[in-house]
Amino acid sequence: MTEQFSNREGIKGMINPTRYGLHRVAYWMQRLSGLGLLAYLIGHIYETSTILNGKAAWNNMLSLTETPGGHMVLVLVIGMCVFHTGNGIRLMISEGGKGVGKPGQPEYPYRASSLNSKQRLCIWVSIALAALAMMYGAGVLFGD
Amino acid sequence: MATVEVPQEKKAESTIPAPTQSTPKTITLRISRFNPSENAETKFEEFKIPVQKWTTVLEAILYVKQNLDHSIAVRYSCRQASCGSCGMKINGKPRLACYTKISELESNVVTVEPMNNFPIIRDLAVDFKQLFSTHKKMKPFIVNEESEVLPGTKEFVQTPQDLEKFLQFSYCIKCGLCNSACPTMATDKSFVGPQGLAQAYRYTVDNRDQGKKERLKIVDQSHGIWRCHFAGSCSNVCPKGVDPAMAIQLLRGYLLGFRT
Ligand code: HEM
Ligand code: SF4
Ligand code: FES
Repeated sequence: MTEQFSNREGIKGMINPTRYGLHRVAYWMQRLSGLGLLAYLIGHIYETSTILNGKAAWNNMLSLTETPGGHMVLVLVIGMCVFHTGNGIRLMISEGGKGVGKPGQPEYPYRASSLNSKQRLCIWVSIALAALAMMYGAGVLFGD
Repeated sequence: MATVEVPQEKKAESTIPAPTQSTPKTITLRISRFNPSENAETKFEEFKIPVQKWTTVLEAILYVKQNLDHSIAVRYSCRQASCGSCGMKINGKPRLACYTKISELESNVVTVEPMNNFPIIRDLAVDFKQLFSTHKKMKPFIVNEESEVLPGTKEFVQTPQDLEKFLQFSYCIKCGLCNSACPTMATDKSFVGPQGLAQAYRYTVDNRDQGKKERLKIVDQSHGIWRCHFAGSCSNVCPKGVDPAMAIQLLRGYLLGFRT
């Protein structure tokens, strides 16, 4: 069966965070930040490995990263790190079956208890902590 | 023989107030058309139709079928959110057409498309083969050696607390909205999906059932339960309050050894 007939939504649908509430946004941010951190880790290993080529090469690399653009990237990495860790802890607990609500008689309008207010609070706290850490990091990096 | 008197309408004298009128409004219904036997192009057709504040999307589609174009393919039966036939994408989100009022969409343009992640048969009708076969694989029945009714056997006794553990998951009408909203389903054609996983939990947690081991083995595979990332979209769209995302995380609790 061709993809068109199968009508699968594909990557475009998977990454669209706009339709299904905060949990879907958190899902999307966890993926994006996970991949961002992975990219940073690889880049970071490459960057620090230049020290093997001596002091000059190391300083050369540092001068490339110690720029306003480089600092912006680091601020972003701080944000991704904090959000990914905070939300990651929420996911580890929830995906073990804790904090996702208790089954019971559903009542109209059927608000799903796995999408409860504690869950949503955890997501917002992760976002807020990431924003605070980014502001602090920006202060240190761009301050004199 | 007694005669039955047919009451005459007494218009002028009536003290009963006339039923509140809702002024009909005209909206544009955009229907996705696709007929693989004609050509493989999806196109939208627009219809201007009158709606009242209680008109459902299904009624709007049936209005078009009755008055404007009878060739539209749409599946429905109960018209009351019980049969699970009329799932479709309405203004971008999977919903039951019979359970969605035009007025709640707050838009003068309503676009209906077939549900994603299901093959299209024609227009709004999609193919449920995969959902039903996955559902069957989950052993959606009580597995119990002693379930045979013989002389002298008694019914299984369950307390209200026992019932509450699985009741909400048994409300699933197999409409497929959850599978259509799921981000894993969007890219992984072999994923079990939230509908099936929720049903695996429904039977596993039932204290009359002894099929836990078999079901856990079925869901613990590469395109099984571990592909769920708790994006919660299934529970966001479920029209029956099943909350498949909760069922999946609780089911995972068994596999991770947090519960027995
Ligand atoms: C204490 C720190 C961390 C915690 C608690 C954490 C937690 C998690 C969790 C729970 C998931 C799975 C989420 C899901 O079910 O979808 C995840 C995914 C992921 N993490 Fe982390 N993580 C941490 C650090 C990192 C770091 C440092 C990196 C990169 C080097 C990273 C890269 C990823 C990637 C690539 C994914 C996959 C994303 C996806 O497929 O959705 N994580 N993390
Ligand atoms: S779990 Fe809900 S959304 Fe999914 S098939 Fe059952 S009733 Fe439909
Ligand atoms: S027609 Fe039965 S669920 Fe909508």
